[in-house]
Amino acid sequence: MERSYKYKTSPSRVIFLIFAVLLLVLIGLACLLPLWHVIMASVSDPTALNVSKGMILYPLKKADFHAYKLILQYQKLWRGYRNTIMYCALSCVITGVMTVIAGYVFSRNRFFFRNTFMLIISFTMLFNGGMIPTYMVIRKLHMLDTVWAIVVPGCLSVFNILIMRTSMQGISDALEEAARLDGANDFIIMFRIILPLCKATFAVVMLFTIVGQWNNFMSALLYLGHRKDLYPLQMELRAILYQSTKEITSASDVDTSSVYARAVEYAAIVVSTLPILVIYPFVQKYFVTGMTIGAVKA
Amino acid sequence: MAKGKKKKELDPNQAFAPSGYRTGGGIKNVPHNLLLDIKRNKVVYILLAVILAYFAIFNYAPMVGLLMAFEKFSPVKGIFGSKWVGLKNFKDFFEGPYVGRLIRNTIAIGVLDLVINFPAPIIFALILNEIHQKAFKKTIQTVSYMPYFISAVVACGLVVKFVEAGGPVSMMVAKLTGTESANLLNKKGNFWLIYVLQNMWQGLGYGSIIYLSALSSVDQELYEAAYVDGAGKWKQAINVTIPSIMPMIIMMLILRMGAIFSVGADKIILLYGPANYEFSDVINSYVYRMGIQETNYSLASAVGLFNSIIGTIMLLTTNAISKRVSGTSMF
Repeated sequence: MERSYKYKTSPSRVIFLIFAVLLLVLIGLACLLPLWHVIMASVSDPTALNVSKGMILYPLKKADFHAYKLILQYQKLWRGYRNTIMYCALSCVITGVMTVIAGYVFSRNRFFFRNTFMLIISFTMLFNGGMIPTYMVIRKLHMLDTVWAIVVPGCLSVFNILIMRTSMQGISDALEEAARLDGANDFIIMFRIILPLCKATFAVVMLFTIVGQWNNFMSALLYLGHRKDLYPLQMELRAILYQSTKEITSASDVDTSSVYARAVEYAAIVVSTLPILVIYPFVQKYFVTGMTIGAVKA
Repeated sequence: MAKGKKKKELDPNQAFAPSGYRTGGGIKNVPHNLLLDIKRNKVVYILLAVILAYFAIFNYAPMVGLLMAFEKFSPVKGIFGSKWVGLKNFKDFFEGPYVGRLIRNTIAIGVLDLVINFPAPIIFALILNEIHQKAFKKTIQTVSYMPYFISAVVACGLVVKFVEAGGPVSMMVAKLTGTESANLLNKKGNFWLIYVLQNMWQGLGYGSIIYLSALSSVDQELYEAAYVDGAGKWKQAINVTIPSIMPMIIMMLILRMGAIFSVGADKIILLYGPANYEFSDVINSYVYRMGIQETNYSLASAVGLFNSIIGTIMLLTTNAISKRVSGTSMF
């Protein structure tokens, strides 16, 4: 910032800056316009929407919120919402506890095989069994069609362990020894002494977990074949948004042949995406931190 | 030995802390008596066992499960009871009708994604780095990260809606080329580009985060020195900025090369349809259809294994090349 005054602004730099700003504004618009289109389409007059072509920048004809009324009555979507929130909460608990334990084991304790075990774990980043063998393992564990198939596989990631370990390694041993003298056991040291000092990293892990679970539809597609009542939000959205899957769920609660069909699709996107977009600016800095520690570690 | 240890344990100021944990480093960390070590640190070893068990079950057991790629696998008989068929499943795949298009689409999408979406966030970060107007920079950053937080289901759903006949993008293309608006996904070869652009929409801003943080840690004195030497902004970018973030760029390139042919099944499954399988079906989506929908587990795991081996080879090769050429490597 300070150094910029030293330069006389040459014409070529001015041209560069103009193009740069134009390009950035274009990128910004490309990121925002599709979302704006969705919001405007969801409140448009349904008959006008059904025949409209191209981008919708303002509500067509008169603003009409009836699509939201219909989506509010769409039980499956709200069941999906409840399931997703449950998966997020469960994932946070399981991932949180397991990652803290793993970080603690690999950072605090001075035992011989620590690095060997870390290597064994890191190898899974390089090579893995793939979709079908993993599916067979889940099946063998009788986890298919249960909540656990969604929250247990993938709860420990090497990436999370690495960033947790790095941040725990930064904490002095003296603190641990002092607590031990006061009679604290490993769990108290882990969760009451060390964890509060790694809050930022822990927040990053939690955030990645929540976003991952919020967007997850693949595990449900693979593992919840027979339990539609356990479907997460994204699976219900898929049923609403995609023509090819619509035929399968013909017994839909929403009359898809009604004039509101398209508006309802857009309204479904809004009610399922808005919460995360509203929260996002407030937690943005944690993602930036998360990406940065991750990259330093990699 | 055990006796000596006991003696030490009595004296907390020596090699052992009160807890029985070894302090100090290096060779001292080798437990001379593993059983005693385990007894002292029982809880930690139990926790370690839990972590290792997790990886054994969810990561290593599937690797053993890959054996079914060489079997005529039947879920009833299990991995060790099924009939061994050697390389038959691989042969079936390579002699099957889809192998050509699967490999072509996987390579095309993988390479196109790398060529377009690897440099894009770097260029975006470099341009953003030249903007010194803080509020504007911040706004662009926030807005550009946003698509990353939209789920794949919604993002791909939007793409499908935008490129279908009458959709905004389809209309735009129609206007530019002077043709009728049609479903772009089904046109020959378009799928590859649409997939890659969809990835760009979601990943451009988010991918730039690490480059921006690398750029912000470039030593300012280097710029001053370059300025004194008469380097303009453009020269500085080429001679200072880019070399400074080169290790980061190479690291990310190695990571991406490893994943180049593992084009994920999830977005493909959301975007494709029977009408465009010819150009949209990739190895992973085929594995999904074969394995989960048609329960041909053996063939699906053989195809999956083939894909992971290629991926691992790519990663190791890039890593080795980069080690030689630039001295930067992951391991």
